[in-house]
Amino acid sequence: MLSIENLKAKIDEKEILKGLNLNIKPGEVHAIMGPNGSGKSTLSNILSGKKGYEVNGNIKFEGENLLELETEERAHKGIFLAFQYPLEIPGVNTNTFLKTSINAIKKARGEKELDAIEFLKLIKQKSSELKFDQAILNRQLNVGFSGGEKKKNEILQMSILDPKLSILDETDSGLDIDALRIVSEGVNSLRNKNNSFLIITHYQRLLDYIKPDFVHLLKNGQIIKSGNFELAKELEKVGYENFN
Amino acid sequence: MTTKKQEFKMDSRQKEIENLKDYKYGFSTDIENIRAPKGLSEEVIKFISKIKKEPEWMLNFRLKAFERFKQLKEPNWQKPKYPKIDYQDLYYYSAPKSMKDKPKSLDELDPKLLETYKKLGIPLQEQARLNGIAVDAVFDSVSVATTFKEELTKQGIIFCSMSEAIQKHSELVKKYLGTVIPTTDHFFATLNSAVFTDGSFVYIPEGVKCPMELSTYFRINASETGQFERTLIIADKGSYVSYLEGCTAPMRDENQLHAANVELIALDDAEIKYSTVQNWYPGDKDGKGGIYNFVTKRGLCKGKNSKISWTQVETGSAITWKYPSCILKGDNSVGEFYSIAITNNHQKADTGTKMIHLGKNTKSKIISKGISAGQSDMMYRGLVDISSKADNSRNFTQCDSLLMGNKCGAHTIPYIKNKNLKSNIEHEATTSKISDEQLYYCNQRGLNQEEAVSLIVNGFCKEVLQQLPMEFAVEAQKLVGISLEGSVG
Repeated sequence: MLSIENLKAKIDEKEILKGLNLNIKPGEVHAIMGPNGSGKSTLSNILSGKKGYEVNGNIKFEGENLLELETEERAHKGIFLAFQYPLEIPGVNTNTFLKTSINAIKKARGEKELDAIEFLKLIKQKSSELKFDQAILNRQLNVGFSGGEKKKNEILQMSILDPKLSILDETDSGLDIDALRIVSEGVNSLRNKNNSFLIITHYQRLLDYIKPDFVHLLKNGQIIKSGNFELAKELEKVGYENFN
Repeated sequence: MTTKKQEFKMDSRQKEIENLKDYKYGFSTDIENIRAPKGLSEEVIKFISKIKKEPEWMLNFRLKAFERFKQLKEPNWQKPKYPKIDYQDLYYYSAPKSMKDKPKSLDELDPKLLETYKKLGIPLQEQARLNGIAVDAVFDSVSVATTFKEELTKQGIIFCSMSEAIQKHSELVKKYLGTVIPTTDHFFATLNSAVFTDGSFVYIPEGVKCPMELSTYFRINASETGQFERTLIIADKGSYVSYLEGCTAPMRDENQLHAANVELIALDDAEIKYSTVQNWYPGDKDGKGGIYNFVTKRGLCKGKNSKISWTQVETGSAITWKYPSCILKGDNSVGEFYSIAITNNHQKADTGTKMIHLGKNTKSKIISKGISAGQSDMMYRGLVDISSKADNSRNFTQCDSLLMGNKCGAHTIPYIKNKNLKSNIEHEATTSKISDEQLYYCNQRGLNQEEAVSLIVNGFCKEVLQQLPMEFAVEAQKLVGISLEGSVG
């Protein structure tokens, strides 16, 4: 589904990714762990198409050259990024945003757009599946949301848009234990043999809830070690500093 | 050599096409006109009055205003400056020739005119009329058609062109015209009083709630022509009316002047809701051409418990310079001003409102949303004046500015005068920017750049858009998106 070959990225002349390789197959859950400044967020930004980076290397998503696609085109193809810091958009109702989003994607794919009734049905179903309070959807997008509410909202969006590749950028940061569990359950319920996940995190904690198939250690702009869940445990024990 | 020339031709053609894409109302109708002689003089005023078959008092009203006009100096305090206008180099009256002997029904109307309005999305023909909206269509200097007239007449509502009102409802016009905007008011208002050509007239009788939206559609077509329309709306005791105006003009390299006067009068317990969607041609990307929209709009809450509310969506014009105002004379009267003003490319706006509290327990509310993009410049200028007799009066003002890019400007100048200790004025203002992060977030959710901008801006304007009549809110939302197209790189 996704193959990254020798990915290098610079921002403001500073090299952040220095030749990163990664392969993700359908249905797999990959976790990327690493210390601050190792390039984790840069990787998720480049995959989702944030502007401002000088990028070299190859990224293929379902056989297509990802780097040639605009940010929104990547979303249309099924790439979703759950933001570390979801943005506030004052005056825009969360429902409206979701509907605009899903219909923009459907339109781009040549599918029929949802009307108001179909949309509300979908929203109702998804929020009850994820045990989310629907009241949140009538508020302005992320405005005055608590940290937990913002992250839950990201997961709800993910579930409604039903992406092929979901990237979770430190979704666990700032969550209390209950919120962490709800968010993880949300992710788990979306796991199936077609959908893949790339989970970026500092801590093993989240991985206790979402069991990854692979764990990678990102350090100094490269993946220096890959393994299974055991690697996460080991990292937690010895720390990033001492791991070589 | 030839090749080069051809290339140049191609370029300008390409440019023309691109421009057309941006402003879809930019076409002009090739139609034969009757014009007054060029320039401004007593003769021209007499010509206008004569061609409109006006009574003598009307001509005298005009001539008095013209005498005054000759003594007035063009104001220069506004922020957007413009090259000097040569008032002798304009046509003050231009009408389609086919309107000379006014057609009695739409069947007699020049098909070219019908086609023009159809293209503008304002069908005038019986079968295609907008549901529940009566339209008065003004083309350059004359009203060409008014729909749903009979239905309104049954309830005693008068909705017709100003020219017709002057002839048929002379007493009403004479009683109210110039009572809110005196002929001596200021340079452009006075000019309008001297040379106004057409516009709409509305009278709602006592106790009648007008059953449909009344709407005027202004269209400037002829070149080198100023449009000076005059609108007068009177809501008698306990009546209600919702009125909407829309405006467009062809794309021309020259700047065209639009100096309208709009007077509203609400008697006891009456309410007038006046909405504007202004989309005059804004000029091209380099700031060439476009309409100078110098308009005087003023409402008088004459009776107790009366209410006047202005809602405006201003997206067009090279320069917008206007302050729709309320004079709250009746006790317990209410004035409201909801505004969205958008400037893009080289557009400039100096707009806001005036709330003059004279009666006791009067209330006013101002919600202004200014959006500047490109190299444009936006000024909110507003006056809240509470007189010494206006006990227990209140004003709430909120001015929000949104900036896009780093070459535009936004300014807010509130003038606040409170001469009454029992009264109270609140003012809030914010300035914000659409951030790249917000755009990225929207893009990541599948919205392209233009959809993202439109969504964010519509969110910013929501409080005002909600005030528009339903039929127009959707149009206005689209317009907000369209007028900012290409403003984010």
